[in-house]
Amino acid sequence: MIKAILIFNNHGKPRLSKFYEHYTEDTEQQIIRETFHLVSKRDENVCNFLEGGMLIGGSDYKLIYRHYATLYFVFCVDSSESELGILDLIQVFVETLDKCFENVCELDLIFHVDKVHNILAEMVMGGMVLETNMNEIITQVDAQNKMEKAETFIFQSTRQDR
Amino acid sequence: MSPSVPLQEMIRAIRSARTQCEERGVIQRECAAIRAQFRQADNGGRSHNLAKLLYVHMLGYPAHFGQMECVRMIASPRYSEKRVGYLGAMMLLDEKQDASLLITNSIKNDLSHSNQYVQSLALCTLACMGSAEMCRDLAPEIDRLLRASNSYIKKKAALCAVHIVRKVQDLGELFAPTARSLLAEKNHGVLHGAVVLITELCGQNTETLEKFRKTVPDLVQIMKGLVISGYSPEHDVAGISDPFLQVRILRLLRILGRNNEAASDAMNDLLAQVATNTDSTKTVGNAVLYETVLTVLDIKSESGLRVLAVNILGRFLLNNDRNIRYIAMTSLQKIVGTDHNAVQRHRGTIVDCLKDQDASVKRRALELSLALVSATNIRSMMKELLLFLSSCPPELKAEAASGIFNAAERYAPSQRWHIDTILHVLTTAGGDVRDETVPNLIQLITNTSELHCYTVHKLYRALLKDISQQSLVQVACWCIGEYGDLLVKGECQETEPVQVSEDDILDALETVLQSHMSSPTTRGFALTATMKLSTRITDNVDRIRSVVSIYGSCIDVELQQRAVEYNALFKKYDHMRAAVLERMPVIEKNSPGHTNGVSTGEPVKELKPVQVKQGEPQHAANQVCDLLDLLGGSEEPQQPQLAACSVVPAPPISTSTAGGDLLDLLGGLEPTPLPLLTPAPTMTVYEKDGVTLTLSCEKQSDSGLMVTLTASNSTDSNISGFTLQAAVPKSVQLHMKAPSGDSLPPSDTAKVTQMVVLNNPNKVNLKMRIRICYTIRGSTVQDTIQIDSFPTH
Repeated sequence: MIKAILIFNNHGKPRLSKFYEHYTEDTEQQIIRETFHLVSKRDENVCNFLEGGMLIGGSDYKLIYRHYATLYFVFCVDSSESELGILDLIQVFVETLDKCFENVCELDLIFHVDKVHNILAEMVMGGMVLETNMNEIITQVDAQNKMEKAETFIFQSTRQDR
Repeated sequence: MSPSVPLQEMIRAIRSARTQCEERGVIQRECAAIRAQFRQADNGGRSHNLAKLLYVHMLGYPAHFGQMECVRMIASPRYSEKRVGYLGAMMLLDEKQDASLLITNSIKNDLSHSNQYVQSLALCTLACMGSAEMCRDLAPEIDRLLRASNSYIKKKAALCAVHIVRKVQDLGELFAPTARSLLAEKNHGVLHGAVVLITELCGQNTETLEKFRKTVPDLVQIMKGLVISGYSPEHDVAGISDPFLQVRILRLLRILGRNNEAASDAMNDLLAQVATNTDSTKTVGNAVLYETVLTVLDIKSESGLRVLAVNILGRFLLNNDRNIRYIAMTSLQKIVGTDHNAVQRHRGTIVDCLKDQDASVKRRALELSLALVSATNIRSMMKELLLFLSSCPPELKAEAASGIFNAAERYAPSQRWHIDTILHVLTTAGGDVRDETVPNLIQLITNTSELHCYTVHKLYRALLKDISQQSLVQVACWCIGEYGDLLVKGECQETEPVQVSEDDILDALETVLQSHMSSPTTRGFALTATMKLSTRITDNVDRIRSVVSIYGSCIDVELQQRAVEYNALFKKYDHMRAAVLERMPVIEKNSPGHTNGVSTGEPVKELKPVQVKQGEPQHAANQVCDLLDLLGGSEEPQQPQLAACSVVPAPPISTSTAGGDLLDLLGGLEPTPLPLLTPAPTMTVYEKDGVTLTLSCEKQSDSGLMVTLTASNSTDSNISGFTLQAAVPKSVQLHMKAPSGDSLPPSDTAKVTQMVVLNNPNKVNLKMRIRICYTIRGSTVQDTIQIDSFPTH
């Protein structure tokens, strides 16, 4: 099971934080800080697996992370997930973001946090991997966005009628 | 109040704040605006407000006032509002909040909504934060969706069912039949969800596991389809067809095949096929291979397949990619217990990984290396491990040190090597070792009497070099106190001779006493050692006396007490000083769980490296108590016997020290019951040179036996120093009581009796080996006898 998915930049500012287990707000922030500390100390050419910190769980939990340009993508998982599989999942996630946002960069993630959440909801649900096929995910996300746009359009047009 | 702005503008405003204080100001203004907006009636910008609130929440500011708004948004008919509402529910609500109950009804309605995306929102939220009551209410709905809907909803419903089953285990039966039928689906997303659901159900209930074993042929079929089929563009990831699904199915096969011959047979071919056909140049291929290897090693597979699996792991170990090496070591760790020889073949590579720069790889390599130490490779492995210890990262030091001690304990090829190794560890990582190391080491040193000279020389030299490592200093002080005379003598076969004068020794001990680096325990050790030297060396007794009297007014109460007592020993009880400060007898090892009377109520502690060494005040306090006893005027001529109060891991033969009546005076001890000796069958077990030893035993309880050994001397010379030592098989516990005396007057005038209590819980065949030592006419005699059968009623 995936316990948490965190995206933060090189200075530790959170860009996305999704927890699949409940923690208080303070604990969540502490977890983000602690994870950042653990991950930022790592060299470039070491392996992508880290033993987890104290807060997010005991010895069963690992941090699997990937560093892309200015962002760290960190998945905190327990032993029931395949480590290499999660690494690939991170890759699929980033590629999907790239397709949706057209050459995604950190600013895209900053200003469209809700969209990133929606994309993530199509991939991981309740801490479990839902869908890994990039095209399928993008199709669903596009359909949902279309629905939303259609609603706002209707709403605006009804307003104009008055 | 400022007008509300859409999400992007707020983000821009927050980002432009230059200081934390400014940022807080912006956010507070925004939050106030949002709160005001929430209180107003329905307006167009509601979803924007909630989105802004969620952003603020991510940055760490309180956002709980948005909970009711989430509930309202979820109930709204508009999709955009529902979407943000559900997102808010997932982020802000949890099962402990009351508001979460309010959304149960909305979720129920949305699960039957005509629009599949609304349904999916509801499913997603339920899977994320559904409480047990919500799950119970909505489980039938989920089951319905599992049976009859499109594949998009089915896959989400499957994962939702997993969450429900985790929360409320009884509902597993509800989903089991549906899960089975889902395996026939073609859509990979649904298959994936179904496999996860089945895995979860099997994990919870063994009966369900039995039922699902029948699905093994279906799963094998699906896997074959994935592996053999040609290129399928929609599921392809770097040349492998849907690796995520393959990995999941392999995991499920592992659970189903464990401990079951029939299921394992069905899988053998498939696993062999996957292992040989999968391309291992990319990470995805390695992921599938790795999972296959784990499955092969976990089920009852045939030996050829196992060899193939271990070879694949070996190949992983040599891979350049550190990730692969890391997980190879993780899996080798899992099988090192069962396939030890296979893993030994890769020992060289594993030991090399100890030198890797990566901390995670180092940690794995350390654990694996410690598991691979055996009697044959102990010397080379220890060299590597000691090298590692000197350069390892601080968080691994404690683990490495304790691992090295365990390995040295079990496989030491010689005593000297053992002592050298422990000394080496103490000098490099003295601050991170366990508390029990010091008494263990002292016990080891006293046991190797032939190396006393060598040990004390080495320790003295180490002490001169560095007095910051407390455990090392403590051991060194103790040894110098005990064997100071050997040090002064100067000659030693094992090391180069060095002239050490008595003044040098006393100087060294004084440095320890006065240094601010020494802990109070260490000071205690040093003071006692100085005192002991007063009998070992001849010239500087006055110096010792002055040192001791100085500490009579020390602030530290413990030191003060000792100093005052030692002073008293000099002044009033000088005639007893020699007897009191004689050489310590050999400390014998305690069996685990056998708290000797001396360790008054001290529980066997868990091992934590950097804590106050509680073992030491106990150890030292015992010495003080012993002295107190003698000063109190006990008539016992016996020397105070000090037993180690800590537990030594896995000693093969266990004997415990004779308690001695002395210890009864310490108070609060387990009373040593003296059972009435009813006439029991006796047999003569030893008769040689006039010394006779008879044995009689009496059953105490179901597994307990009381053995009495009686010795008599029919020669015409006096025998002194008569001692008996006993050893029994591993599972039997032995407790030796005090002997009645240690001298046998000639011509059977008096006898010596020794009682031994045996506890044989496993009812093994009882054997005992007894060693007899005594001195007659100035020469020592030692003999060993074995008793294979005991006379019983």
